[in-house]
Amino acid sequence: MSAAPDHRPRMADLPLGERIAKAMPVLLVPILLVLGFLAIGNPSSWLTLTVSGLAMGMMIFIMASGLTLVFGLMDVINFGHGAFISVGAFVGISVVLALAEWAQAPSLLLNLGVVLLAVLAAMAITGMLGWAFERVIVKPVYGAHLKQILVTVGGLIVIEQLIHVIWGPDEIFFARPEMLKGAVTFWGAALEKYRLLAVAIGLVLFVVMRLVFRRTRIGLIVRAGVENGEMVEALGYRLRLVFIGVFIAGSALAGLGGVMWGLYQEVITAGMGEEMMILVFIVVIIGGLGSVEGAFIGALLVGLLQNYIAFLEPKLALISNIALLTAILMWRPQGMMPVVKAK
Amino acid sequence: MSDAILRIENVHTDIAQYHILHGVDLQVPRGAVTMLLGRNGVGKTTTLRTIIGHWPAREGRIVFDGDDITALKTSERARAGIGYVPEDMGIFSDLTVEENMVLAAASGPLDTGRRDRIFEAFPPLRTFWRSPAGTLSGGQKQMLSIARAMAEERRLFLIDEPTKGLAPAIVSTMAGALRDLKRQGASILLVEQNFAVAKALGDFAAVMDDGRIVWAGEMEQLATDAGLQERLMGLSMEAG
Ligand SMILES: Nc1ncnc2c1ncn2[C@@H]1O[C@H](COP(=O)(O)OP(=O)(O)O)[C@@H](O)[C@H]1O
Ligand SMILES: [Mg+2]
Repeated sequence: MSAAPDHRPRMADLPLGERIAKAMPVLLVPILLVLGFLAIGNPSSWLTLTVSGLAMGMMIFIMASGLTLVFGLMDVINFGHGAFISVGAFVGISVVLALAEWAQAPSLLLNLGVVLLAVLAAMAITGMLGWAFERVIVKPVYGAHLKQILVTVGGLIVIEQLIHVIWGPDEIFFARPEMLKGAVTFWGAALEKYRLLAVAIGLVLFVVMRLVFRRTRIGLIVRAGVENGEMVEALGYRLRLVFIGVFIAGSALAGLGGVMWGLYQEVITAGMGEEMMILVFIVVIIGGLGSVEGAFIGALLVGLLQNYIAFLEPKLALISNIALLTAILMWRPQGMMPVVKAK
Repeated sequence: MSDAILRIENVHTDIAQYHILHGVDLQVPRGAVTMLLGRNGVGKTTTLRTIIGHWPAREGRIVFDGDDITALKTSERARAGIGYVPEDMGIFSDLTVEENMVLAAASGPLDTGRRDRIFEAFPPLRTFWRSPAGTLSGGQKQMLSIARAMAEERRLFLIDEPTKGLAPAIVSTMAGALRDLKRQGASILLVEQNFAVAKALGDFAAVMDDGRIVWAGEMEQLATDAGLQERLMGLSMEAG
């Protein structure tokens, strides 16, 4: 990008009240951390629950990021997204099972190698599946929400049945690679190794996505396209090609999320993606449709809240996310960081 | 008018089930400013949107610099050299001014010489270069929208009501910038409701009514004939 001339009036010029209002969604995460700390009382329990919540949040974010962009760019509601999560898990876990010798070897390098191969295979397959899904199922129903819901739910069911055909009707139990089992102790808190890995992967991915969105032309096109696709075309870009790229990337990310979630649960089922979609949709809606940063914050809030509540008041755990959804929509009906759409 | 950069022949456009353009015929001469005039709702914006390809022409032909572009995609028309400034400005408010400009230079990095000329025409864009475009004032957004169209070499500019809703001081900045653009030999099709501005900038004029061009000729002829203005455009254009 070209050099910057002198002045830079920015956020700092806004009145304090407006600045706080703008930053509020970002502040919600630390606020929730502090509230959790006060309510739980015990620092080591709090730390264990926090890492667990962050890990869960990161995995949900990975699954949600593609969905929110697909909606933001082309106004497409894709219920089939859940199928990519399941397919990713089955492909990835098949790789882990096929490389059982490496997975069971007490070598961190070999273990991580297995995870890496599992992730790459899952993303490649779900990316290709996403490409086919867009062409065959989504493309004919652009602009028609009701048809999109019916047709993509149909696609979801078909893919789930295909999983049954290929991998059999039963759930598959398995063990994580050797070095990712168990926990490390830190300040008296037991932190599961795999959860730490999940947090690290989620953070790296978020940083990379931010860089792509802020620093590359394709990132700018996507951000601009979410706001005003027509104008992006009038500047000479083919929005449809951008959209296909985003759809493929989003499907591959769902596949990545599926492998990670499978490794987290140590069991996979054809319906696992569909089950995750409830949380994924909650995150996309409270984040603001089309907003990747909103989805990130929303996912962390969902993960943390679910873990804190499960510890404090297990009976409320099931409704905590619906309560969060309701509270956020009462505060901001368009979600925390809505994308201002043209027209 | 044999050397037209743009020729529109018998163009019909539908929006949903409504028939909006009823056979528009229009020539935009090269290297001049052509005003597209007419009351609210007669189809000026629809004509520009049909030229850039946001609405498909159901019938008729659009010929741009000798090539039939009627079947091209919007992005292809833009790449062919048409710069579009829509009525709603189409600013990407979540992006900075700089990012808006970087995107507008679709075929390569934004040329620094060109950028500096844009800064001269619109100084606030230099000041707010790194600010989110959504924080700009209405006039500054309009400047950015025109600046984006100028981010690359263009053969034709389509500009829709660039002074709409602006304070008088900013209207004259805008008119000055358009005059500079004209002086550099640009071909411009300009929709403008401010008749004083239209008179000052226009070489040619075309007047629309109910989805058709009902008069076309030299701007000067229209500007000096109050009766003609009255008949074509009613009282709304009388001022100035
Ligand atoms: N999106 C739309 N849907 C339905 N009708 C529209 C739409 N856009 C414009 N129109 C109609 O088309 C006609 C021409 O509109 P427009 O081209 O915007 O007029 P102008 O720019 O001359 O004011 C108007 O009657 C308007 O109501
Ligand atoms: Mg208009």
